Amino acid sequence: MIRTSAPVEAPAAGAWEELVTTALLGTDRRTPPGVPAGRQAPAALLDAAAVQTVRRRAGLRAAPAAERPHPAPEDPRPQLPPAAARRLTMLLADRPGTAGGGRRGTAPDLMELLPQWLAAANARGYAAPPQALPALLDAARGRTDLRPAALAFAGPRALWLARLNPDWRFALRAAPGSGAALPGPGEAERIRELWEEGLFAERVALLAALRERDPAAARELLAGTWATERAEDRLMFLDSLRAGLAPADEPFLEQALADRSRNVRATAAELLSALPGSALAARMADRAAACVAVDHTLGTPTIAVEAPHECDAAMERDGVVPKAPSGRGERSWWLGQLLEAAPLGTWPARLGGRTPEEIVALPVADGWQGELHAAWCRAAVRQRDARWARALLGAPAAPEAGGPGAVSLAERARLLGTLGAAERADWVAGFISAHGLSEAFQLLGVCAVPWAAPLGRAVVDALNIARDAGSYPWSFSGVMGLAERCLDPAEASRLDGLLAVPDEARDASPGAGGYWAEAFQRLVTTLRLRAAMAEELGVLGG
Amino acid sequence: MTQQGVRWTADQVLALAPDDASRKAGSKLATAGPWSAAGSSDEGAVWGLCKGSGKKPYQTVVDLGDAAGAAYKCSCPSRKFPCKHALGLLLLWAGDEAAVPAGQEAPDWAEPWLAGRRQRAAAQPAGAAGGAGGTADPEAARRRAERRAERITAGATELEQRLADLLRGGLAAAEQAGYGLWEETAARMVDAQAPGLAARVRELGAIPSSGPGWPVRLLEECALLHLLDQGWLRRERLPEALAATVRSRVGLPGAADGPPVRDRWLVLAQYDTADARLTTRRIWLHGADCGRTALLLSYGAAGRAPEPALPVGLALDAEVAAYPGAGQPRAALGERFAPPAPTGARPPGVTPAQAVARYGEALREDPWLESVPVTLREVIPVPDGDSWQLADAGSGSALPLTAAARARPGLWRLVALSGGAPVTVFGECGHRGFTPLTAWREEGGELVTLC
Repeated sequence: MIRTSAPVEAPAAGAWEELVTTALLGTDRRTPPGVPAGRQAPAALLDAAAVQTVRRRAGLRAAPAAERPHPAPEDPRPQLPPAAARRLTMLLADRPGTAGGGRRGTAPDLMELLPQWLAAANARGYAAPPQALPALLDAARGRTDLRPAALAFAGPRALWLARLNPDWRFALRAAPGSGAALPGPGEAERIRELWEEGLFAERVALLAALRERDPAAARELLAGTWATERAEDRLMFLDSLRAGLAPADEPFLEQALADRSRNVRATAAELLSALPGSALAARMADRAAACVAVDHTLGTPTIAVEAPHECDAAMERDGVVPKAPSGRGERSWWLGQLLEAAPLGTWPARLGGRTPEEIVALPVADGWQGELHAAWCRAAVRQRDARWARALLGAPAAPEAGGPGAVSLAERARLLGTLGAAERADWVAGFISAHGLSEAFQLLGVCAVPWAAPLGRAVVDALNIARDAGSYPWSFSGVMGLAERCLDPAEASRLDGLLAVPDEARDASPGAGGYWAEAFQRLVTTLRLRAAMAEELGVLGG
Repeated sequence: MTQQGVRWTADQVLALAPDDASRKAGSKLATAGPWSAAGSSDEGAVWGLCKGSGKKPYQTVVDLGDAAGAAYKCSCPSRKFPCKHALGLLLLWAGDEAAVPAGQEAPDWAEPWLAGRRQRAAAQPAGAAGGAGGTADPEAARRRAERRAERITAGATELEQRLADLLRGGLAAAEQAGYGLWEETAARMVDAQAPGLAARVRELGAIPSSGPGWPVRLLEECALLHLLDQGWLRRERLPEALAATVRSRVGLPGAADGPPVRDRWLVLAQYDTADARLTTRRIWLHGADCGRTALLLSYGAAGRAPEPALPVGLALDAEVAAYPGAGQPRAALGERFAPPAPTGARPPGVTPAQAVARYGEALREDPWLESVPVTLREVIPVPDGDSWQLADAGSGSALPLTAAARARPGLWRLVALSGGAPVTVFGECGHRGFTPLTAWREEGGELVTLC
């Protein structure tokens, strides 16, 4: 029991202690003070205890206050609109693991909408309502993918709160340096100090922030202590140069090619090869060009490939890994690495002035096509070369695009990443129109949200076709889930025709029509909900 | 008087739910998708058709305009009350004016039920007035009451004997005797038609296993039980108000026959506690003009939400009548004159020192009182070792939170709301500490429920 204070007078406290001792032992063994022993003793003890109990309770005093926590820092962001605050409460009330499992029914999956809601709220710069912070932190605790957006929205008060509750420690770890803001541009001294004395996470954050502001200064900061850093740390720091990579970084990276650590060397080589003007890229271009040529001796011009015969020390220094993984020939392994690191600009000149499209269309002798095209795909992704990516992707409706062609789905998804959002959406829309949805999941994942109108229409049409073909909707649950989250809410009205349960066709799977109607209802419900969410947050234009 | 229905907030609607599962299921249905032909009338009725898994949609009607509390009707087979469809419909109504337009005429499938309710409501005052004196036989009732009083007297005497035996042998022996002894005694008190005594006896059984300091707590509770027994056995010699307190503490039903007080009653807090048999709902009201804080107690069978459910943060224009007994906050909700409406009125607050003093004074009228309702102004939640306090922003005094309050998620909502700055907190202040129930940041600010 909590006593807010000791009873007022000491004698009374003594009397109470005496009563408790007597009660514990029993009046048969001990006589209460001032009471004759015998049959009346228990009642007399209880009488006295009742008086003392009420007296003790009535005499309670407030306790001295413990040390107060420092107040939470002010959150200058504007308050959420009331409707959006209510929506947040509802989204947060839908915790995973508590749903009934099994079939999803027509109700939207609210938890899946939380990331979008957070992104929209963050884009508008709203502050989280303080009373929602515990639920928000709990949600972020369970889902690491939610953490960056949830913590950004939760703001400084959430970090203040996390210091008081060990369950939310992750918030402090996930936001290094958020306790003390990173040094500003003019604070060279503090930057130097934090860089030399800070924890690893603080240093990574500092380097990333500085790189964003002033790439050269970040590089120089790193170069200053490079020799004394541990190998794992060197690798992480080197990786942060990936952002804002520029020709000016070349001397430093060239020097890192001689690093003691193999992983550091490999990363330096990879970064250099992403700079088409670098000396390393030129060296790689020379090596790769020696391996690939157009053979005119055959009836049609054909690409002839001659893989390197050895991996010399110079190649190794430029990041080529000499040991092939088991099951791969050494020579094709080396070739792949050379092609990947060589600037794509090498090839039109080397292969008779042909455009990338023409080069990709050339036949390749001796079964080297797969190796060659795959390496060019990796190069196009690394060098973010949209022209080559387009050529390698080919026409979305081409028959080989749907099958297990030279370019795998994962590679295609990465190639799509180098294109602009609209072009990406158009290509995927064309692919879905030609090949249906069964291979589309990975490609849809790289498209910008909400989906552009042609893409959305292609997905809905394909779902409609799949339904008419008589399969069950759960064969498409991945695409359905994506559509719920990514389809433009403005498309909801176009789906109205799909909500009814159709008459069962003879060859359809039993009951499929009802399940499809249910799935489409969930889709429409979710889209409406997203439209409402966007409107509540003041995001215009759906 | 206008009956224009004020749209509730989602939190207020969710407070109607019988359990968490319904709350969740209702939230999922709170979108326009599954609903059609939804609307609401100026009299406080809300209706809609909800597409379920079958061909025929469920017909859901809710009547919020009735003075006796919300009523629901749904063609779904759920035994939950209200069902998820009713909750979903109300949430939709609360959040989306376009999806559930106001000022509509009830459709044919909803109208008969609504009309029937209005008719019964209109007939009720007359019927109640007629029924009060007429049907019951006062002589028989008096004889029944006498017989029950005799039984309780026998029970109280037996309980006194058991307590004396306990004290004679010592409380240390009770630790070994375990729970069974108390369960049996509690059953005897149920036989004696003294549910208040039975409940207290049952609680005694849990104390020996409740951790360090149990002998003190056991002696306190035994002593207070003894005091109640003695109060009952000598009730004729007590002042009338105290005798009424004893009667209600023993478990005799009373009637809320105090003068009805019409006021704008702010709903401060609503929370349920459940044991294996019974769900108990407590609703705290605060009258803006009379300044009184009243407690509405209601009960439901286990698993069912007790009625009524009131929206926290809104004010009711209603009559409230007190139950008899000195220092009792319990009251009954009488006639309601308008649907709940938003209000900026908040109860005035006191300091922690004044709050404990208020509890001490209340013990004068009811020595069995566990806690009193108190609004603390300008307090800051402060961690204190494993525990928490509410510290006065002005002075150096503080109230510790009860162990139960420390374990609730509401504690963190309170801490987050405060952020180390003063807030106003309504809760129950007693000998175990303070249990926060509702908090707000500034005068007229939004009420944040903590329970």
